[in-house]
Amino acid sequence: MPLYLNEDQQMLHDSAAEFMKGEAPVSHLREFRDKQCKDGFSHALWKQFAEMGFTGILIGEDDGGLGMGHVEAGVVLEQIGRNLTPSPFLTTSVAGVEALNAGGKALRDKYFPGILSGDTVLALAVDEGPKHRPDQISMAATREGNGFKLDGKKQFVVQGGSADTLIVAVRTSGSAGDDKGLTLFAVDANAQGLAKNSVRLVDSAMAAHLEFDGVLVDADAVIGEVDEGDVVLRRLLNAGRSGAAAETLGVGAGAMDITVDYIKGRKQFGALIGSFQALQHRIAHLYSEMEIARATVLKAQQMLDEGSSKAELMVSVAKAKAGKATALSVKEGVQMHGGVGMTDEYDIGLYMKRDRALQEFMGDVNYHTNLVAEMHGY
Amino acid sequence: MMSDLETFRAETAAWLEANCPPEMRQPMVDESDAVWGGRNPTFKPGQKEWLDVMAAKGWTVPDWPKEYGGGGLSRAETKILGQEMARLKCRSPLSSFGIWMLGPALLHFGTEAQKKHFLPPIARGEIRWCQGYSEPGSGSDLASLQTSAVDQGDHFVVNGQKIWTSYADKADWIFCLTRTDKNEKHKGISFMLFDMASEGVTTKPIVLISGQSAFCETFFDDVKVPKEYGEGVSSVVYEVNKGWDVAKYLLGHERSMISGGGSDGATSLGAKFADQYGRDEMGRLDDPMLRAQMAEMDIDVLAFRAMAERFGDTFKAGLCHPAQPNMMKYAGTEINKRRHELIMSAGGSEVLEWESEASNGGLTARSWLRTKANSIEGGTSEVMLNVVSKQILHLPGA
Ligand SMILES: Cc1cc2nc3c(=O)[nH]c(=O)nc-3n(C[C@H](O)[C@H](O)[C@H](O)COP(=O)(O)OP(=O)(O)OC[C@H]3O[C@@H](n4cnc5c(N)ncnc54)[C@H](O)[C@@H]3O)c2cc1C
Ligand SMILES: Cc1cc2nc3c(=O)[nH]c(=O)nc-3n(C[C@H](O)[C@H](O)[C@H](O)COP(=O)(O)OP(=O)(O)OC[C@H]3O[C@@H](n4cnc5c(N)ncnc54)[C@H](O)[C@@H]3O)c2cc1C
Repeated sequence: MPLYLNEDQQMLHDSAAEFMKGEAPVSHLREFRDKQCKDGFSHALWKQFAEMGFTGILIGEDDGGLGMGHVEAGVVLEQIGRNLTPSPFLTTSVAGVEALNAGGKALRDKYFPGILSGDTVLALAVDEGPKHRPDQISMAATREGNGFKLDGKKQFVVQGGSADTLIVAVRTSGSAGDDKGLTLFAVDANAQGLAKNSVRLVDSAMAAHLEFDGVLVDADAVIGEVDEGDVVLRRLLNAGRSGAAAETLGVGAGAMDITVDYIKGRKQFGALIGSFQALQHRIAHLYSEMEIARATVLKAQQMLDEGSSKAELMVSVAKAKAGKATALSVKEGVQMHGGVGMTDEYDIGLYMKRDRALQEFMGDVNYHTNLVAEMHGY
Repeated sequence: MMSDLETFRAETAAWLEANCPPEMRQPMVDESDAVWGGRNPTFKPGQKEWLDVMAAKGWTVPDWPKEYGGGGLSRAETKILGQEMARLKCRSPLSSFGIWMLGPALLHFGTEAQKKHFLPPIARGEIRWCQGYSEPGSGSDLASLQTSAVDQGDHFVVNGQKIWTSYADKADWIFCLTRTDKNEKHKGISFMLFDMASEGVTTKPIVLISGQSAFCETFFDDVKVPKEYGEGVSSVVYEVNKGWDVAKYLLGHERSMISGGGSDGATSLGAKFADQYGRDEMGRLDDPMLRAQMAEMDIDVLAFRAMAERFGDTFKAGLCHPAQPNMMKYAGTEINKRRHELIMSAGGSEVLEWESEASNGGLTARSWLRTKANSIEGGTSEVMLNVVSKQILHLPGA
């Protein structure tokens, strides 16, 4: 498979680009931020996502979806990144759907119709602290009657306050650090005993701190098998990380484009500042980093779609590389804008904030760099 | 049912297993393990056999057309051949400026007669070429070159000096940029092919910081260059005074080649060095700072390898920006330099040995120093960034 978008993927790219630019450009994010929207995204827009077919990209054709892959999900996510579009797409239609794809038909039948119609929003309750450490999950579920009882805390659950259903990863046996003994549950967001405290993040997205106090769930809320949740979690994480890498790429590319435009128009010392070699070399270097990140992200997605045994390694490479390149893009972006880069009026600062949040989502550069060393056996 | 490509992969693997001599499946250790061919070739055991069977199949240049000595393979087949050779650890049968630089330029700009005359001997490794571009006063600003070629009816007379000509002392022929119009800059340059055995050509090796001497000063003293080497086989590629177009096109290929394509070298330095360096009780490389740098390098190498694959695919499909080889050269050479810095750092004092047998004559240190040229030869990193700024990002000129 060549490492560029095929014709169908290019068509999807064009329609996603047009849609996001037309319906949810950066001004849309500003609007939702300024009216202090508690959900952090527009439900009407989420309905439009559904009409475009985006919400069902990773849902199989048998389940009524488009049956596409991670490459296609990434195509949409890149446009979300470029336009800083607030949406529950990554948590719901990418990572959440992929987790449910690892589950049984009953669960898929229960949740997929709502996702396809743009009514259902999923959130991922994985992290328990300020850093992503899925191998250290300690929140536990114990057997209770025919089902389970959940007790403990999850933190920084993006869209956790507005989601209808939470995908919760907990321990049903063993202890933090063990491979086995995890179980994933699909939990109703209105379940008794679940307390949610939503907080606004630097990028205007909403995240929630969740407290489970004896939350009861049926056995059929288990995604996959009890104590075998690592298999489900792996799929969720691979999808979420490669998806986040694609969104990050969009943020970096968007920031680079507006910066290139800016330095082509701003004059100082009687010349366009874009003519100064000190800026040219830095932005050409940035271009190179972004191109490499783009190839890496696409490679990881293709490998996931092919079911390659090395896909997980490449996903970590992609999350780290896209993270580094985009961090550079937003930093150079603000710097090259000079004083106006510090103002709320200019968009470049919004890109910097979005990048910061995406860096932390499902593992930052350091986390994935360490994973790469581990996967290479050192 | 296997697809055509799966069949091709299976057959290629079987053929490589059957035909690649065992010596040619050992990792390359130093320069002498590369085969350059030419009129006076030197071969180590297995090298000639490997070159001959590969050349007979056209697989020294798998994607060139068959009529010019190539294998006529598609992009997908070429990729598979490369993957299978890497998997089976088969060495490249031939290293050649003819393959990497002149060939693509001739395929693009040459006449049918020129292609038929010059390409097959390149594919078979019979003629070794060198590149006469740089001059003492013309490095980054290559188009200011002064070596002159004066039209004398049925031949040109060439006078001047080239410098940094890699392997000029070992090459059979040269592709050389000459000035054919003194009143023009870019539009007064011609791209000429001539024999290094011609009267008036002398070479003088220059010693590098690595202690090796791979390049030369090259002097032309009234060298007579015929206008034709036979019916329609002109010594000038494309047209007189249009050599800059050819030179630039060739540089694109040279830059892609120098970028390394991410293909060689072990994937993971950390995995390679952890045993020799030592591990902590958790099995981690025993120096956390070095471990972190190794892992960063793994990421950059794997990422660049994906970039090289994407570059190759988009290039073949005509989807790639024409100036993209400049980006590739910049990124690939900068990574390679960092990689060798890490190798030196991991090796400590041991890799400072310069002559001992144990150090293979200081191979690690010499290789490290050699990589410093990567971001100079074929156009410097700074020049690459200038080209990206202007041609890809369209930034205003200073
Ligand atoms: C928070 C804040 C507080 C401030 N407070 C004050 C204040 O109290 N009083 C006051 O007078 N000013 C103040 N300033 C303004 C500040 O001094 C200017 O922003 C600064 O001098 C840069 O000018 P500029 O914003 O016009 O950027 P520009 O000059 O347009 O620069 C844009 C980019 O181009 C680069 N650039 C420009 N020229 C060259 C060149 N020749 N070579 C290479 N690169 C170049 C710059 O480095 C920068 O990256 C403040 C700015 C900020 C952000
Ligand atoms: C190992 C090796 C093998 C080589 N083999 C060959 C060969 O086979 N044939 C051949 O013809 N040549 C060959 N070269 C020559 C090579 O192409 C030149 O060295 C190269 O083009 C740089 O030219 P220069 O050495 O004159 O450096 P200069 O052009 O003098 O550059 C010096 C420094 O100034 C910087 N600089 C120059 N112009 C600019 C600018 N506009 N903006 C910013 N910075 C600038 C450069 O980046 C560099 O850092 C080889 C070189 C090496 C090192």
